[in-house]
Amino acid sequence: MKRPTFASLFVIGFLGLPAAGLAQGNSCLDCHKELDGALQAAAVAFAQDVHGQFGLSCRDCHGGNPATDDVDKAKDKSFKGAPKRERIPEFCGGCHADAAKMRGFNPSLRVDQLDQYWTSRHGQRLKAGDAKVAVCTDCHGAHGVQTARFPKSMTFPWNIPQTCGRCHADKALMASYLLPAGQLEDYRASVHARALFDKKDLSAPACNDCHGNHGAYPPEVGSVSGVCRQCHPSAGELFAKSPHKKAFVEIEAGECGACHGNHKIEAPTNALIGSTAGSACIQCHEAGSKAWTTAAELRSLLEEFESGTASAEVALDAADRKGVEVSEARFKLQDVHTILVSAKNLTHGLDLAEIRKAIVDGENALAEVEAAGQKALAEARFRRRGLVVATICLALLAAALALKIRRLKEKRMAS
Amino acid sequence: MAKNIGRALFKFFDERFLLSGLGAFAGKKTVPEHQHSFWYFFGGISLFLVGLQVATGLLLLLHYIPSIDGAHESIRVIMSQVKFGWLIRSVHSWSANILIGVLFVHMFSTFFLKAYRKPRELTWMTGFLLLVLFMAFGFSGYLLPWNELSYFATRVGTDIAGSLPLIGGWLKEVILGGPDISQATLSRFFWFHVAVLPVVALGVIGIHILLVQTLGMSKPIGVRETREIPFFPDFIYKDALGWILVLILIGVVCVLLPWEVGTKADPLAPTPLGIKPEWYFTFMFTTLKLIPAHVLSIEGEQLAILGFLAGGLFWFLVPFLDRRAAREKRSPAFTWIGLFVAAYIVVLTVITYTVPGL
Repeated sequence: MKRPTFASLFVIGFLGLPAAGLAQGNSCLDCHKELDGALQAAAVAFAQDVHGQFGLSCRDCHGGNPATDDVDKAKDKSFKGAPKRERIPEFCGGCHADAAKMRGFNPSLRVDQLDQYWTSRHGQRLKAGDAKVAVCTDCHGAHGVQTARFPKSMTFPWNIPQTCGRCHADKALMASYLLPAGQLEDYRASVHARALFDKKDLSAPACNDCHGNHGAYPPEVGSVSGVCRQCHPSAGELFAKSPHKKAFVEIEAGECGACHGNHKIEAPTNALIGSTAGSACIQCHEAGSKAWTTAAELRSLLEEFESGTASAEVALDAADRKGVEVSEARFKLQDVHTILVSAKNLTHGLDLAEIRKAIVDGENALAEVEAAGQKALAEARFRRRGLVVATICLALLAAALALKIRRLKEKRMAS
Repeated sequence: MAKNIGRALFKFFDERFLLSGLGAFAGKKTVPEHQHSFWYFFGGISLFLVGLQVATGLLLLLHYIPSIDGAHESIRVIMSQVKFGWLIRSVHSWSANILIGVLFVHMFSTFFLKAYRKPRELTWMTGFLLLVLFMAFGFSGYLLPWNELSYFATRVGTDIAGSLPLIGGWLKEVILGGPDISQATLSRFFWFHVAVLPVVALGVIGIHILLVQTLGMSKPIGVRETREIPFFPDFIYKDALGWILVLILIGVVCVLLPWEVGTKADPLAPTPLGIKPEWYFTFMFTTLKLIPAHVLSIEGEQLAILGFLAGGLFWFLVPFLDRRAAREKRSPAFTWIGLFVAAYIVVLTVITYTVPGL
């Protein structure tokens, strides 16, 4: 038998490989890439799609025969085309609600998304015939679907507010539902958004952490505290024991939200408590009432403690700048900060005795820090005074030596 | 009475240490005085700073703990709780840096005055050896506080040693006591810093001073001035004046800018951006960063290291290479070489701290 020549191998390689590629090709993608607009975008986006990464192709969702280049043959009997908007949840749920099918790709992935969706406000309205509400593709995309772990995904934590905001910040769209459209703007001004966007803290809540994912629904007034307690359990427990709990139920106030707001939840400061403008207490308590006086007292206790903490920090910073080692005092100051945060949290329980006790403990710890700060500043002054004295002594010694050297020189010149 | 006791004591020691002979030597010893004699004082200042290093180093040993768990904490205790600990540590760290600077000035002034010429070849060579030894002191001492900066700077430094051709891998492992910086590294750096280097350095300093004393100070080529001053007390007084001025400088920087403790080293943390070795290594460090990856098919980094080794050998052997100076003739070629080396070190050091990203 003749051995293959280099030329024959070249011909086979050069002509054979594209032919092999064609046999496994996807005519849907080939044609759609040549089209314009949305029809082209779908094919381009699919290159990044998680379904494609799992080996799925166009026919797995849309049917048809991608093995042929003939458009008519490609759109055979099995071809489903693009589903109508109101059919999309069932379309995606065809696989995602089927545990047997999903097991083959990701056994740990939940398969109750479709059921949850029908319980959501979106799902309920869709069932009622409103096709404008969000369906799967509005939040996940259609052909560039990514898992929520991928930072560019529409469902990655720091992209979620924008994803929800595509509809919920649309004033015209929201007006048709008599809904406000300022939630996204409010959220962006919140302490949660600062944690998520600025500190890149992925555990900070985005829209879905309070409203749910597929079963998204506005929390009922009575369940707001349950939502907040997912992350703030201690504040929730204290509130449940406080006299406010019963009163809030009676007036149907939304527990946490009544004082902290909902989307625009700002970092709580002492201004939230007290008897002056900006305080949440004066929304319900009349001036001069017992609760009003208690609120004023609470504010004053916290402010006094906080200002002591701030001045101790200033003293430590000043000593640090002057070169005195104060790391141990800074450790103690961290303890004081922890006590301050704890005392502020105790205000949810409204137990004045407990709050006073926490502040007394804090003030004792603060006194140690203040003493350390003053000692460090005194040390800095001592060092500078020492430097001045030592420099004067050494300068005098240097001057005496210079004089002696000069005399020796004069003596030598004379001799 | 007191006078008699003094005389008796002097006689006792004189009979055993030949003090009269030393006194006679010191009495006769003179130092040339001319327009360049200012540069002589840098040798004395170096010796004074070495004394400060020994004194403060011994005091630091009382509290320093050479373990990766205790080193940083012990430095913090020295800086905050030990009486005058902050001063002792700051003097040790600042004077170590000033010493290296003074040694560079001393070396270059000696070079430009061609004081290395016959018969002072060994004085030059021991002096150069001392500079290398004190740079090794600096490198080994830098890791001891076990803070973030020192940890990663040591990693950078040992990586450079590791890229030496043929012996790099072996040398790096010997320096570190393993594949990476660990307790073994800290132990051997400590051993090297407080045991090996001091013994070797004291021996070389002894030889260097002995040579300076027996051969005397060199007079630059072409200086016709014949004036001389007595070594004792005139020159010693001038030396002491320099020491006092340096001491004032050290006091000011130690009080206004005490040496920082830094954050404790975390071997699992990523290397902070812009990490640099101590300033006196930066001219070599930046050269390695700037050199192309390959120069004429040779790895750039290896070429630079070999270049520094060859340059160091040239510098060490300069008394034997500068034949004109040996014949008491001016040698401008060597002056130009010295100027180039000095400018290279200064420029590379300056750009390390001024060019972003280096």
